[in-house]
Amino acid sequence: MEFFKIRRTIPFMRHALVFNVISLVTFVLAVGFLVARGLHFSIEFTGGTVMEVTHANAAQPDRIRDALGAAGFKDINVLKFGSSQDVLVRLPLKANPDPRIQNEEMQKQSTAAMEVMKGVDATARLVRTEFVGGQVGKELATDGALALLVVCVGIMIYLAFRFEWRFAVATILANLHDVVIILGMFAAFQWEFSLPVLAAILAILGYSVNESVVVFDRVRENFRKMRRASVDEVMDASITGTISRTIITHGSTQMMVLSILFFGGASLYYFALALTIGICFGIYSSVLVAAPLAKYLGASREDFVKPEKKAAEPAMP
Amino acid sequence: MNKYPIWKYAIIAVALVVSIIYAAPNLFGEVPVVQVSGARASVRVDDAMRSDLEAAVKGAGIALAGVDAAEGQATFRFADTDAQIKARDVIAPKVPSGYVVALNLQANTPRWLQALGAKPMYLGLDLRGGVHFLLQVDMKAAANKSVERYVGDIRSMLRDKKVYYSGLAREGDRVVLRFREPDQRAAALKLIEKEMPDLTIREQAAGDEAAIIATIKPEVVKKEQELALQQNIQTLRNRVNELGVAEPIIQQQGADRIVVQLAGVQDPGRAKEILGRTATLEVRLVSEEHAAGPGQNAFMQYKDQPAPFGTDKFSDSEGNTVVVKKALVITGDRIKDAQPGFDQRDGRPVVSMALDDTGGRIMRQTTRENLKKRMAMMLVERNSTTVLTWPVIQEEFGNRFQISGIGDVAEARNLALLLRAGALAAPMDIIEERTVGPSLGAENIAKGFKSVVYGFAAISLFIAVYYALFGVISVAALGANLLFLVALLSMLQATLTLPGIAAIALALGMAIDANVLINERVREELRAGMSPQMAIQAGYERAFGTIFDSNITTLIAGLALLAFGSGPVRGFAVVHCLGILTSIFSAVMVSRGIVNLIYGGRKKVTKVSIGNTEWHKAQTPA
Repeated sequence: MEFFKIRRTIPFMRHALVFNVISLVTFVLAVGFLVARGLHFSIEFTGGTVMEVTHANAAQPDRIRDALGAAGFKDINVLKFGSSQDVLVRLPLKANPDPRIQNEEMQKQSTAAMEVMKGVDATARLVRTEFVGGQVGKELATDGALALLVVCVGIMIYLAFRFEWRFAVATILANLHDVVIILGMFAAFQWEFSLPVLAAILAILGYSVNESVVVFDRVRENFRKMRRASVDEVMDASITGTISRTIITHGSTQMMVLSILFFGGASLYYFALALTIGICFGIYSSVLVAAPLAKYLGASREDFVKPEKKAAEPAMP
Repeated sequence: MNKYPIWKYAIIAVALVVSIIYAAPNLFGEVPVVQVSGARASVRVDDAMRSDLEAAVKGAGIALAGVDAAEGQATFRFADTDAQIKARDVIAPKVPSGYVVALNLQANTPRWLQALGAKPMYLGLDLRGGVHFLLQVDMKAAANKSVERYVGDIRSMLRDKKVYYSGLAREGDRVVLRFREPDQRAAALKLIEKEMPDLTIREQAAGDEAAIIATIKPEVVKKEQELALQQNIQTLRNRVNELGVAEPIIQQQGADRIVVQLAGVQDPGRAKEILGRTATLEVRLVSEEHAAGPGQNAFMQYKDQPAPFGTDKFSDSEGNTVVVKKALVITGDRIKDAQPGFDQRDGRPVVSMALDDTGGRIMRQTTRENLKKRMAMMLVERNSTTVLTWPVIQEEFGNRFQISGIGDVAEARNLALLLRAGALAAPMDIIEERTVGPSLGAENIAKGFKSVVYGFAAISLFIAVYYALFGVISVAALGANLLFLVALLSMLQATLTLPGIAAIALALGMAIDANVLINERVREELRAGMSPQMAIQAGYERAFGTIFDSNITTLIAGLALLAFGSGPVRGFAVVHCLGILTSIFSAVMVSRGIVNLIYGGRKKVTKVSIGNTEWHKAQTPA
């Protein structure tokens, strides 16, 4: 069985402008959402308390919200979580310059909130709480940003060794564009951005950079083989030659991710969602954005036809 | 061609066998147990005690699945958690103090596997349920306390040597000593330099007053902070032992933080109350010279006024102001034992104290010298100090006495526990807390397991259909990958979290990439007209470079997460990185091994079962 019986080269580069416009529009939209709405950070980054409360019967988020509001809680967030019996209650960090008093107040607050919820429904039972103090939240946010930076720098260093700079720049731009689009979607729909989501984004960044590597390896090979072809023809041939493998591998990975999305439960939902967006855009951008970018940056035959001391890299499938 | 030397097959076979052995304990599940152990390493559960307890459990009609004795502790196994909890209620009252009774889950691994050191994967709190606390030690408060101590030491030293000063106080992290007469200052300087080598001394002249400013040397401060942290960890360990938690994790994290993880704790509220409290006892004499009379309202005039010189002002539980002397009689570190109980006269909750020899001697002497005066028992906590009781001393005290003025029975029990476990050297705050109920943990395991199984099944089906026999080989390699990963996680006892399970799923989803690369490459070589044996050879050889490449970028991301991630995300990173290593091995070595076994031995291979590769023959290839 084979899905892609591609008999002739597909002229991807002829449509390069279209792809770039699509990319640019989604990118600008994503940045717009990020600026206008911002990310809905989980308490891991902002500090605060999350309580997962289960009930014997269907939970009533509205009544819980009203009851908590009446009890004097401000800026609370009550959501259904997973099944209909479960709710997730978020209590924001209390503004207090002294972290010591702030922490103590937060502890009291969650106990009080639980009492209110028991008042609404006596079967309310606390199954999970998470409290993150203000200073820890700040550290986690810094660490997260650092991790993203280190991954980007690490990949750039790797690519710089592996390729000519134009390809390296094109690759990292194409893949960062994916990251921005994932972040933009999270901002647009106000999905919760938590540490596992950040982990998913970093994992997918490492994963899809590889796709561009495969294409550019083939481009390099084809520049040497197809002596008389134009840059566009070489790129078309390279993308055509690798597209089947790209789709099969991404498709397989996506099957696994869908399995996490459907069966992994509410705590892994956004993690799987970030992976899904990342994989779908990864196919598109690492192939169809990276190649035109490299061309605009001026990648040409001369970069490869010059006799190189280094033995040719093994050809890519 | 396409034959592996024997040693390569041997490597694969050994890897598989070892993995099967070490992954196997994960299949056996866990049984509920009640563990009885000594609170200290020197306290051991002996055979007589174990058989007594065993008889008691059997006598109560609870079905016992088995008893183990190891390393001075006894473990009673039960078929279900109901029996476990019933048995705990039977055992707990029969165990003398100094022992810990804890509920736990124990791996049901067969003995021969245990003998090989095989253990199931170590589950994180989000999978087994429990509480996680991150505590911040307030080093500044600890430093202030030790400066305060130097102020006291200097005061008594100068008094002994009859050196006169005009002022002595702590200002921030400095001790400031003022003098009117230069010769007194010189004498003090000489004394302090000689007696207190841990202080750095500076002289300062301001107007007609000259001062000595002493600070604790930085290296001494650092050492004291390390000691404070260690003492806090020890105190926490004592308190956790009192709570009856099996296998608690209490570790230092960074310079001034402590992580506490208690798996399977049923009541996080109580754990929090016990861990976070800094309660210590202070006994001081009431400042009778400032008292207006013998009654409860003796110090009413100081209610809105600062405490007189040399004294401190506190409130008792009824809101009365009490003025006490600054000098301490004894503190909590002299306590040998503390037990909750009831007052024999009025039946109110009390804590019975037993002091060590030094504490008893000080107490005896102080009470003898201060008969008919009042003494205050104070509970010193983080942000407040409460005078529990301030009775008139009627007779000489000994090593044992009672503290009354405690709210209720539960408070008496908590207070006794806190006093017994020792005080914290430096106050602490909970800055991060995660609590996961045991049922949620089990649910998380089930969900994670389901995602892996269904995802694996979907990929297997697809790959087997798409690549025919080579697909089946790829699936076998993927299965081996899962086995290696689980075995490695079990061997390393790395903490498996819910994101970690997601990482297992993701690792499998990404690992298939390597097999796709190989299979596509083999097809391509076949299409280009290579003979089957040549195509297999070339396919594997040439795909290796790409597989290596593709894993490097993923590894960069994994390592960055490992370096900067914390909590459950760290669990993700560990699995992610390990998964990359196992997938390279299984995709390259294992699948090649199987292919070689199938095709390598044959003289003539006319067709490779990797799906139809002939479709392009009708036309010229692109």
